[in-house]
This record gives sequence, structure tokens and C-alpha cells, in this order.
Amino acid sequence: MMTASGLQQYLDFAYIAAVVLFIFSLKLLSSPVHARWGVLAGEIGAALAVVATLFNPELVAYKWVLIPLIIGAGVGIPLGMVQMTAVPQRTALSHAFGALSAAMIGIAEYYVGTAPVTRFEMGEIALEVIIGSLTFTGSLIAAGKLQEILPQRPIVYRGQNIVSLTALAGALGLAVALVVNPANTMLFPIMVIVALIFGVLLVTPIGGADMPTVISLLNSYAGFSAALLGFVLNSKVLVVAGALDGSSGFILSVIMCKAMNRSFTNVMFGAFGQVQASAAGAKEERVVRSATPEEAAAILEAASNVVIVPGYGMAVAQAQHKVRELYDALTKKGINVRFAIHPVAGRMPGHMNVLLAEADIPYDRLVEMDDINGDMPQADVALVIGANDVTNPAARSDQASPIYGMPIIDVDKAHTVMVIKRSMNPGFAGIDNPLYYLDRTLMLFGDAKQFVGGIVRELGGGH
Amino acid sequence: MPADFISNLYVFILAGFVGFELIKRVSPLLHTPLMSLTNALDAIVVVAAIIIAGRHETHLTTVLGAIAVAASFSNMVGGFLITDRMLRMFKSGRPKQ
Repeated sequence: MMTASGLQQYLDFAYIAAVVLFIFSLKLLSSPVHARWGVLAGEIGAALAVVATLFNPELVAYKWVLIPLIIGAGVGIPLGMVQMTAVPQRTALSHAFGALSAAMIGIAEYYVGTAPVTRFEMGEIALEVIIGSLTFTGSLIAAGKLQEILPQRPIVYRGQNIVSLTALAGALGLAVALVVNPANTMLFPIMVIVALIFGVLLVTPIGGADMPTVISLLNSYAGFSAALLGFVLNSKVLVVAGALDGSSGFILSVIMCKAMNRSFTNVMFGAFGQVQASAAGAKEERVVRSATPEEAAAILEAASNVVIVPGYGMAVAQAQHKVRELYDALTKKGINVRFAIHPVAGRMPGHMNVLLAEADIPYDRLVEMDDINGDMPQADVALVIGANDVTNPAARSDQASPIYGMPIIDVDKAHTVMVIKRSMNPGFAGIDNPLYYLDRTLMLFGDAKQFVGGIVRELGGGH
Repeated sequence: MPADFISNLYVFILAGFVGFELIKRVSPLLHTPLMSLTNALDAIVVVAAIIIAGRHETHLTTVLGAIAVAASFSNMVGGFLITDRMLRMFKSGRPKQ
């Protein structure tokens, strides 16, 4: 007995060390200069905690531990090696795995007790399992949308919010019934199933453009479900790790919502796809000016200050490496090239930065929206590649616009604006962009990758 | 209300504040690696899963625990791996001293 409790203390010290290393891990992430040390700190902390746990005297069936660990590593390694363009769906999938894990442990904890659980414990378990379950299915739907197995557009139907809220109320009602009588084991699996259904209902209506917020919220839920699990199991290391993950996801969700000028409830229950159509009438008659790659190259060559605004379209076209060639060609001519990054450009927070970093563009060339907007009037050319709503000046001026009030990158203040776009077809959000009809705007119609490649050829051709 | 709950609540609130202060300082440049890193740290639930699976109390709880071990450990391995791969790509344009 002495040895067992002595060992238990060593285990606790290993967990405390892990918590300290986790905090350092996040602290080191504050700057790209030392961020990789943060990963190392986290890895050491996690390894310490896992190895210490394997020495826990309660373990009797190592087969049931080691085989799943090997399977987990076998799944995790390929998921860690995916292409950078697949990072949003990978992230959604990892939220699903994290939530699945938390839900499974909570469910096991309900069935494991030799003594029946108290009402208080029942409440904790029920809440934890509900959040874990809805995050599991919700994240799977998000991953499916990002992988385009499921349609990215919002899927909406009449009375949707009522159906969703009924499911949520049902899950919570069953939880209350279980707290009143924890021994009513029949209700527990039903509660789990209703929570799983609610997760599907919650994310299905949300469109691709809202994914940065949704993925952050799911991150937050996954973290808080782990923290709640820490309450259930009385495990401080889970409480801390869950609180860190949960607060991170929460902060990112707030940043994403602010960047879209929308509230949480509006993102979750607003179904962005419905608001369009009002302004759809008169737009077709307005003229746009277009240009060829040769003309675009000539304009860029004459510039001294160029701001490139990337969006999801750049990721879809896999154009980031061509954009890098353009950056090189222009920089070689002494032109100052910077990238303006909107917080919600792409499908998850920081998506554009990762793609451009992958293409070897130095990170000090990537400038946040708030920092670059003051410089936009001095920009000779603003080149928009696959971004739409985040450059829409109607967000500043047109109170009738569905995106009115959303902060945008002020490309319309640049001397010349060039927009690479497949066609005049508005995106699935269906919001017309007055930027395209300005006198200073040139539309460059075509695939982003091919068009940028064409400009690069022209720039290289003369020299 | 159980005493454990209160002490856990203290830890949760303090860790939440620490998290808030730390995350606020992370450059938006690194928001994607931030999400994959916190995901890997969150995968520490694997330690609870290991105990549930390894105690082998009933078949049901052992199977649930084993699924949880595999799911969370894949997050831990994959999360650290991809975070490091992403961070390796972020290079400064200024020449190194």
C-alpha cells in the first residue's frame, strides 16, 4: 500500500510538470521566432504524463492500452502529414476525435461505478457527455463540408431552428431526468443519441464562409468537454488542459465573429445563405473593365507598392506557389510587395498565413487587416486573388447590404485594383460586390493559378 | 456540493485566466498552429482513457476506454506533428544574424 500511494505522488508530480510545460508551450507560441520550442515543451509534457500513467498500479490489462495507442499513432501520423490545403478539415476531424474521446470516457464513467453515481456526479457526467457528443458529430459535419464530401453551401429548411432547439431541449431534459433519478439507466443512451443528433442539426445549416467561426467554436466545445471530464474524474491536469484549449477556441471565436461583425447566435442560427437576393435586380447592366495577363503585368511592373489580398479562392485554385513566383518576380524589380490578411479569409483562423508560409513567403510580408488599411491609399496596385466579401466596400457604405458593418480590407482606396476571379458570378453568399464596377478596378477573369502564372511569364519574359 | 468540485473550479477558473492571457499574445499569424497545438495538448485526456481501458472493469467500459485511447492519442501524435510542420514553414524575410 505504501508503495502504491508513493507511486501515486510521483504520478501527480508528472502531471504537474506536464501542466507547467503546457503553459510554457502556449507562451512560446507568441512569436514565430521561438514557436517551435513551444511544440517541444508540449511534447515533453505530454510524453511525461502518458509514460507516468502507464505506471499507474490500477492498470491490469495492458493489451487494452497498448493496442489502441499503436492504432492511435497509426491514425495520427498520416493526419499529421496532410497537405497544408487540407489543414482545415484535419483540424475539424481532430476536434471530432477529441470530443469523441471525452464523450466515451464520460459514458464509461457512468457505467463503471460500483456504487451508483450521486445526483451531483450525474449532472457533471450528463453535461460533459452532451457537449462531447454534439461536438463529435458537429465536427464530423464540419470536416465533411470542408473536405467537400458534403455541400459547402448552407443547408436550410423551414422551421430548422425550432427542430434544432427542440433536440437540444430534449437532451437537456433527459439530463435533468437523469439527475432526478441517476439509476434510470435507460435514459442515458437516449440522451447520448439526442445529443449526437443535435450536433448534426447544429452544423449542417452553416455555410463554408462561416467555417472559421464554427471551427473555433467547436474547438472551444472540445476543450470545455475535456475540462468537464476533469471535474468528473477529479483530474486537475484535464481541467487545466481543457481550460486552456477551451479558452483558446473561445477567443478565436470572438475574433472571428468580430471580423464578420456578427454574433455567435447569428452564426449558429442565422443561416447566412438566406439573406441574399434583395439587391440582385439591377446589377447585370453595369459595366466592368477586364484586362489580360500582359496588361496586368505591365501595370504591376510600373508600380512601386503592391498589396496582394488572398482569399479562399487562392486555396481552392492551389495558386499559392504561383503567387510566390509573382512575389519573387516583383520583389526582384524592387517593388514592395505585401500581403493583406483578413482574419476570416479562408476556412479557419490563420489559414492564409499557413498557405503563404508553405509557399516560402516570409512572414514579415504578411500584414493584418488593421495594420495595412492605413497604407492602402499609398498602394499603387491592390491585387485581389480569390477573395470577395472581405474586400466589399458595401460593408462600409451600404446599410442595406447583409455584410454592412463587417471590417474589410480597403482595396478600393488603392490607385488601381485588380481582381482575379473566375467570372462575374457572385459567390455562394450571393452578395454583389460594387468594387468590381469601380473605374479603378480591372477584372482579371480566369483560374487564379493560371492567371498568376501568365502574369509571371510576362514579367519574366522581357528580361 | 463536494469539496473536490470546489477545488477543481478554482483550478478551472485560474487556468482559464492564464489561457486567456497567453492566447491573447499569440500573433494572428499563428492562429492555425495555435489551434492544432491546443488540440494536441487537449489530447491529454488520453491519460484518463488509459486508466479506464487498462482497469478492465467491464467489457463495455474497456471498449469505450480503448476507443478513447486511440482517438485522443491520434490527436496527440498528429497535432504535435502538424504544428511543428507548420511552424517550420514560417520564415523571416530578414537575413539571420
